Amino acid sequence: MRPERVFAALGDETRLRIVSRLGERGRLSIVTLTEGTRVTRQAISKHLRVLEDAGLVRSARQGRENIFELDVERLKEAQRFLERRSQQWDSALHRLKRFVER
Amino acid sequence: MTDRIEKSVFLKAPRSRVWRALTDAEEFGSWFGVRFPNQFAPGAQMRGTIAPTSVDPEVARTQKPYEGRAFEFVVDRIEPQKLFSFRWHPFAVEPEFDYSKEPMTLVVFTLEEVAGGTRLTVTETGFDKIPLARRGKAFEMNEGGWAEQMKLIEKYVAS
Repeated sequence: MRPERVFAALGDETRLRIVSRLGERGRLSIVTLTEGTRVTRQAISKHLRVLEDAGLVRSARQGRENIFELDVERLKEAQRFLERRSQQWDSALHRLKRFVER
Repeated sequence: MTDRIEKSVFLKAPRSRVWRALTDAEEFGSWFGVRFPNQFAPGAQMRGTIAPTSVDPEVARTQKPYEGRAFEFVVDRIEPQKLFSFRWHPFAVEPEFDYSKEPMTLVVFTLEEVAGGTRLTVTETGFDKIPLARRGKAFEMNEGGWAEQMKLIEKYVAS
């Protein structure tokens, strides 16, 4: 797993908005994802590619359009990474405590 | 989910003691579990190797298999008795992978004198690669702010 790709993919407001819309509404087309935004369809399409490369989004052909959906597992992995990281800091601070209090 | 890790701990030791444990390379290495050949200085590239901690035998055992492996960070700021920060590659776990072009997170230690000891806070930020300056703005936005979005994501992740 390369969590930095997930975090980097999420480090953009448009992409975050796409992720949150897919999270709320399930499977959506580029047309629907573009509705109500000030971003062009081409730009949305580019952002979706970044999200797909990071494994956050999957697409499937349906009729004449691509339908996109969120891969929540990737978000969970990223979250687990942060949790591990958080535990590592707990452990490090515990060692520091022992070190300065002895 | 958040892109920020923040921890705070009360240490029953004078601030000067905590400061030394954080900013003296040898002392830092002793509790953290790393050996550095040079001292910390603002902007210094620290190239150390993992060396099991001296303060916790259990952690030392888990560090042992990684002994001698590279451990690096770049010192950011040193503000005596107050603040010490560095940048590192938080994802550097695969030894064969070149992380030099990957984003770094910022780790900041701040010290505060309190009754009976020192309050130490550590934050690690930048997992999302948003420059700190821009992030402030993102938080201020009425909608689409990073914090808000992360709350949303947390909701989906939890379900």
